[in-house]
Order: sequence, then structure tokens, then C-alpha cells
Amino acid sequence: MDVLTDNFSLYGKGFLGTVELTVYSSALALVLGFVMASFRVAPVGSFRVFGTVWVTVLRNTPLTLLFFAVMLGLPRFGLVLPFELFAVLALGCYTSAFICEVLRSGINTVPRGQGEAARSLGMTFSQTLSTVVLPQAFRTVIPPVGSTLIALAKNSAIAGAFSVTELLGTYKPLSELGYDIVWTFVWIAVGYLIITLTISALFHLMEKRWGVAR
Amino acid sequence: MTESTALYDIPGPHARQRHLLYGLASTAVLLALAGWVLYLLFDTEQFTSAKWTPFAYEGIQELLLRGLGNTLKAFACASVLSLALGAVLATGRLSEHRVPRWISTLLVEFFRAMPVLVMIFFIFVALKVQPLPALVAGLALYNGSVLAEVFRTGVHAVARGQGEAAYALGMRKAQVMTYVLVPQAVRAMLPAIISQLVVALKDTSLGFLITYEEFLHAGKLIASNLDYDLPFIPVVLVVSPVYIGMCMLLSWFATWVARRERHSPKTKAVDVAPAEPRTLLPGQQ
Repeated sequence: MDVLTDNFSLYGKGFLGTVELTVYSSALALVLGFVMASFRVAPVGSFRVFGTVWVTVLRNTPLTLLFFAVMLGLPRFGLVLPFELFAVLALGCYTSAFICEVLRSGINTVPRGQGEAARSLGMTFSQTLSTVVLPQAFRTVIPPVGSTLIALAKNSAIAGAFSVTELLGTYKPLSELGYDIVWTFVWIAVGYLIITLTISALFHLMEKRWGVAR
Repeated sequence: MTESTALYDIPGPHARQRHLLYGLASTAVLLALAGWVLYLLFDTEQFTSAKWTPFAYEGIQELLLRGLGNTLKAFACASVLSLALGAVLATGRLSEHRVPRWISTLLVEFFRAMPVLVMIFFIFVALKVQPLPALVAGLALYNGSVLAEVFRTGVHAVARGQGEAAYALGMRKAQVMTYVLVPQAVRAMLPAIISQLVVALKDTSLGFLITYEEFLHAGKLIASNLDYDLPFIPVVLVVSPVYIGMCMLLSWFATWVARRERHSPKTKAVDVAPAEPRTLLPGQQ
């Protein structure tokens, strides 16, 4: 128990690091995922190909390999950024592929008749998109986006092994200080549970508020 | 492709011409981007012979192959164990007795909510296990509990009449499960199961972080060698296609199985899952 009380600031720093990493990477993943999803449903062939390649490659890349390539590879091109930024970049790009697929399947669940009806009422493309298609797609993608972001929060643990301050990395200084290793991990586990369960609760709430009644 | 979208009508001649123009312009931009990356690679001297000769040495090739073998070994052990664990946990969750149901629900929810890496590190650091067993155990616990959920959803996805008919014939619960529900559930969930194995294959690279001598570890050894002028980018260019290729092959296999099962007469009473890892919020259903 005193592992936590003695090292509250260390744990707090790690916890905040994980939260920060999760929030920034989620933002990047959602934006990039949205862009890629719009590429994948675009009528222009080369956009579709680019989106498909992006998704196929990133979904089949081990995240450790991506971290390895981004963290240690990009500096070779003279691009030197703080480790946190590299981690956000790797996590965000990796997760964007999953978000893209979720959004795309969400858009594809909107029946074709909806768009046709909107267009026959004289709505423009942006009107169709913003008032008919996206609101309906949004309702169906809430749960899968939630679980993708939970996966992102869990994946952020890998960043700790690449010298980014986050929750899992706190075990190292603590074990050097001679604290009981099992209890150290118990509190790390509790930290991750807090984060994942918070995201889960958030998305359950959104699902209840906006989700499709089934 | 344009058939099934609510976003736009099938383009006419004018729109098609415009799209062609956009297509050409964006292709030019993408090619320019690719060219720029290639220029950067040349500019930072990534294609010098000093950085690429190590791959011609037999020792280096053997090192890489041994790494690949270790990756595949970890993957094989982890997938067999996680399938077994998944079956056990799913049986527990589908049990009519309260205690096994509660225990397996607790285990499944806990291991699904925990990052794999935390479990692997816990087993490796706290329990002081060798890297390979630690990696395999972590992967098996995580993927096993996800697979348990997959199996359970599969059993629930079988049309209700199937189980009812079997009970009406006088079968007991174990018989209904083994002869009627599970075979159909496994068929329907095969794509999702294989996709989960892709996740396991990708996560074997976590072994790199606990100094398990797998493929990425071998790459790191070569990349940090001063004699070869630190061939980091060449190593990435060699290692990543192999990793991505392996995962892609398995993913394609999952898609192929999904298509095959969907047309199979044996999956009439159950919806075949898409070839994607399950995305279910914890605590749902």
C-alpha cells in the first residue's frame, strides 16, 4: 500500500503522461482517420487507392515496429522532435487506420435511399453530408470508436519502453528503490483500469444519449 | 464501389472528367511525395554499399532467420494456448452454474481491460520468468480472453431454433453445445478468430521490449553495429516488409475464409462475422 502513498507524485506523473498521450493521439487518430475515411469513400480513384494502402499497411504493422521506425528512424532524416511527439505520431497514425475503417463502415450503414432522398430534395453535397449522412453514421460508430480508443490507451504502454514518461514506465524507478514489485504493478494496473473504464463509461453515456435504439 | 454509398450519385460524363482531373493531380502530388522520400533516403546516404553489404553475410542472414523463427515460435505457442484458454473461459461464461460464470467473466473483463504489455512485464519482471514464456503467457491471457468473447458471441449468434430443436430431441446441454451450437459458432467466427490471431502475431513484436530474441531484436542488433555504418534505415526497409507481409497474408486468409464461410450451406443458421478483430466495449452485452 505504501508504494502508492510514498510515490504518489511519480505515479501521478506517469498517469498524467499516459492520459496526455492518449488524448493527443486520440485527437490525431480521429482527424487522420476521418481524412482517410473520406479518401476511401471518395469518387476519385487515386484517393481511394491511397486510403486503402494506408489502412492495409498500418493495420498489419506491429505497433512496436512502427515505434521502432518512427522513434529511431525519423531522426536519421534530421527530424529531431521530443519523444512524446514521436510517440503521439506513431500511436495516432497506427490508430487512424482502425478509426478509418470504423468510420467507413459507419458511413456504409447509411442506406443509399437516404442520400438519394436528400439529393432529390435539392440538397447540395455538403448539406447531404452534414444533415443526413454524417449524423446517422455518427450514431452507429460510437461503440466501435470507443473500443478503438480504449485499445489506443492500452497501446500507449509501448511508448514507455521508448523513454516516454507514462504509467507502465514507473515500475523501473520503483523497483530500483526496492519496493515490492507485485504491489507496484497492482497500482499500475489500477491506473490503466481507471483510464480504460473512464473511456468505456464515456462512450456508454454517448451511446445512451445518441446511439441507435436497438 | 460507387453502388453502395449514400454520399453521391453515380457520376455522369462531366463529373467523371472532373474526377479524372482530380485523380491525375493527386497522383502527381503523391508521386512527388514518394519522390521526396526517396530523395531524402538518397540524400542521407541510406543506399551506400557499406550499409547494405551486411545483408549479404551469411551470419547476418542466419541471425535474421533465427529471429524470424523465434517470432513464429512465440506466435505458434501463443495462438495454441490462447485458443485453448479462450475455449475454457467461453465454457465458463456460458455455464449455467453461477460460480464458474462469475469467475470467468471477471477474468475475461480484467484481462481485456489490461494492456498486454503490462501483463508481459508483470510476468517477466515480477514473476522472473524467461522472456519467451513471459511473452507467450501474456499474449495467451489477453488473446485468450478476447477469443472467449468471440466464441461466446458466436454461440449466441446461432439461430435460437437450432438449440431449441436439439433440446426438443432430448439432447443434454453438453450435447447441444458440442453437436449443434459450437460447430456452427466456430464456423461463423472463424474469420474473427483468425483476425485475432493476426493481433497475436503483431504483438509477438512486444517480445523485443523484454529482450526476447525475435525478429525485431535481430534487426536492432544489426542496426546498432558501428562496423556497418549503423544501417538503421536498411534494417527497417528489410524487417518491416517481412512483418507486414506475414500479417497481411494472415489477414487475407481471414477475408478468404469469411467469403467462403458466407457461401457455405453450413452457416445458414448463423451470421458469419466479418474478418476483423472484435471491437466490443468492455462491459457490453
